[in-house]
Amino acid sequence: MALRGNLRDFSTTQLLNLIHLARKTGCLTVRTPSEAARLYFRDGKLIHAHTASHDGHLATMLVKAGKLTAEQAQKILTRPEGRNDVQLGMLLIKAGHVSREDIIHSVRHYMLDIVYTLFGWYDGEFEFTPEALPSADRILVPINLEQVILEGSRRLQEHERLQDELPDLDHTALRFTNGADARLRTVNLTVEEWRVISFVSPRNTIRVIAQANNMDDFQVRKIVYGLMQAGIVELVRSSGPPAGAGAPGKPGAEQPPAIKRSLIERLINRIKRI
Amino acid sequence: MQAVKIVVTGPFNAGKTQFIRAVSEIDVVSTESKITDPAERIKDETTVAMDFGRITIEDDLVLYLFGTPGQRRFDFMWEILSEGMLGFIVMVDSARPETFREARYILQVFRSYAPTPYVVAANKQDLSEAWSPEDLRIALKVDPEVKVIPCVATDKEQVKNVLLELLYTILEQLELEETELAEEETER
Repeated sequence: MALRGNLRDFSTTQLLNLIHLARKTGCLTVRTPSEAARLYFRDGKLIHAHTASHDGHLATMLVKAGKLTAEQAQKILTRPEGRNDVQLGMLLIKAGHVSREDIIHSVRHYMLDIVYTLFGWYDGEFEFTPEALPSADRILVPINLEQVILEGSRRLQEHERLQDELPDLDHTALRFTNGADARLRTVNLTVEEWRVISFVSPRNTIRVIAQANNMDDFQVRKIVYGLMQAGIVELVRSSGPPAGAGAPGKPGAEQPPAIKRSLIERLINRIKRI
Repeated sequence: MQAVKIVVTGPFNAGKTQFIRAVSEIDVVSTESKITDPAERIKDETTVAMDFGRITIEDDLVLYLFGTPGQRRFDFMWEILSEGMLGFIVMVDSARPETFREARYILQVFRSYAPTPYVVAANKQDLSEAWSPEDLRIALKVDPEVKVIPCVATDKEQVKNVLLELLYTILEQLELEETELAEEETER
């Protein structure tokens, strides 16, 4: 099945969330007129990333992390083993230039820089190729997407998009998702995020949470959006006192008529015979 | 004569009219008009008020299928059409991710009207660029207990399957309510 589209319609956050929840394995390619990125995933975890302008070789990553100079990297990349990240890593560790931790740290930061850049792309064709993995000579560092999504959302500065995702603060409340406790143990939350979490209840609208924490609409939207994308909370209609006139929830909405099981069974039997 | 209704909703060009046409015993009463907005010229006509199909169940019972207009400027019709419905179907064009946000919005609006059972029909699964029902579930943030059913609205059997899945969902909910009622009475 195709997983193809444009970031205009399905954002980076939503894409990563989908890959994470569906525990997908494969390669996500995103192309804008000026740049392209490839992100590889295994079982819903980010394992490798590179862009058209950053080749994703270990030597380049170590330069970026300040562990090698650009000249050293250039020399390394001209040698055959310089193109094989696994071999190069072992050589550099043996020679005492870097430690194993330095390499993991550099690869991790390189990947995160790319993925966070993607959060700022709002227009670009994307395509997910299932089961496609990086070549065997690459060093793979699995990164849990929950934390990436949360951090990426923190960096998401576009007010309009947040407004689009959470248009109604006055009639919408929050509740914890199934498994929120486990997720809360694995993510690092800011003080502000904990303050919002302490007010999560179907009776508190998001507006009430914002007022209680002295936050403006943008701040509260940003935090709630991040918590939603990390799978910690979800939106519900407020179960608090009925909202004022014209509320979309329409407290007086007509309840469906009482229906009987026999009626539904008659419908089923008839539709089967169409 | 008792009449019951099911509402078929979803974004513009999701396939609602086609869906009703596939099973209605009458020619669908369709209030379509020519599309003038160039941005919406994916098809020549669109539903502006509602589509209306009918399935006679027995002499004393008839099922009406109402299709809502897909464009948001006609959303004042949604609430009117939803009154008293048995349940609703959210049609989604699986091959057009640019409509998923709108589908999510429509789903939320219909859920806010009444706690009515519903299913999501992942339409146009015959297209190569269609997203799978599993991916659609995540994209639309559909609860795990809600059915997301693959569908091709021009195929009568698949349309029947979506309708049947909705009716099974309604039955399951009725059974749940009956069980809860029985437990309450036992406690008394």
